[in-house]
Amino acid sequence: MSDLPSPTSAPALEELAAAARDGDRASFDELVRRTHAGTYTLALRLTANEEDARDVTQEAYLRAYRGLKNFRGDAQFTTWLYRITANCASTFLTTRARHRHDELVEGHDVADRRIDADVEQRVGAAELRDRVQDAVATLPPRLRAVVVLRDVYDLPHEAIAAELGISVSAAKVRLHRARLKLRSELFPETVGVGVHEV
Amino acid sequence: MRCSDVAAPLDEVAGGHVTLEGRDRVHVEHCLRCQAELVQYRRILRTMRAMRTEVLEPAPGMVSDILAHIEEAGERAAIRSILRNHRMAYLGGLAAATAAGAAGAIIVTARTRRGRVRLAS
Repeated sequence: MSDLPSPTSAPALEELAAAARDGDRASFDELVRRTHAGTYTLALRLTANEEDARDVTQEAYLRAYRGLKNFRGDAQFTTWLYRITANCASTFLTTRARHRHDELVEGHDVADRRIDADVEQRVGAAELRDRVQDAVATLPPRLRAVVVLRDVYDLPHEAIAAELGISVSAAKVRLHRARLKLRSELFPETVGVGVHEV
Repeated sequence: MRCSDVAAPLDEVAGGHVTLEGRDRVHVEHCLRCQAELVQYRRILRTMRAMRTEVLEPAPGMVSDILAHIEEAGERAAIRSILRNHRMAYLGGLAAATAAGAAGAIIVTARTRRGRVRLAS
């Protein structure tokens, strides 16, 4: 997983993490400044809600601060932080699902977001990206988490399974289902078309 | 061979993690439906990978909120630690007083018995 663009001025994130692990609070604060946007982006993609993403980001940094002694530096700091964020988001969404029933707010957009076949032919990369983001946001949370962590952040199946508290095979099944849902959302005209025999 | 008979999941083929072989490969090479599916998965996966470098800017004040959250948690932990220490000291004192009382009672009892034995003899 690649680091997000950061100022060229040293020290590197891993150096800051090492200093923070040794008790240098200023280094940890600098880590937060440099990585918070990327962490928030991941949290937003996992929760599909800005307020929830802020809460998850805060909790992720608190856990990172408390768990710094466990960061051995054999992975990139951002990878370690993203795994914590994924774990926080999973916990957050599971807890919320137990305590809250989503209600349909009046005026809430429940329209079919799928695009027409002829329009699909003309969509550019930017529009497809927007469509993909919308489609990802409408996935059920347990499918969304897997597809975001795998296909956007390139986390291995084992890491995803560990952070979400599921088996590796369950992670793979969820990934396949999520991709299938995305495809049927984005290219509805071809999904389910009669079987060809060749 | 039918599309549904292709053993390899086409999303994984599109991701480059699985390679088509044998009859699967022949089918997909000649099946427009499967090729369209592969192209669609490739477009989705390419778009998703491109999202990796995108950063969605949070509202201003997030850094200070995060740091304040950590500070508050640290203060709560410190207060809990102080209370725990106080409780430990209180319990320690109570245990020491109890032990001293018990020891005193044992000594008094022992002396009383020794006095009775002397009187008896």
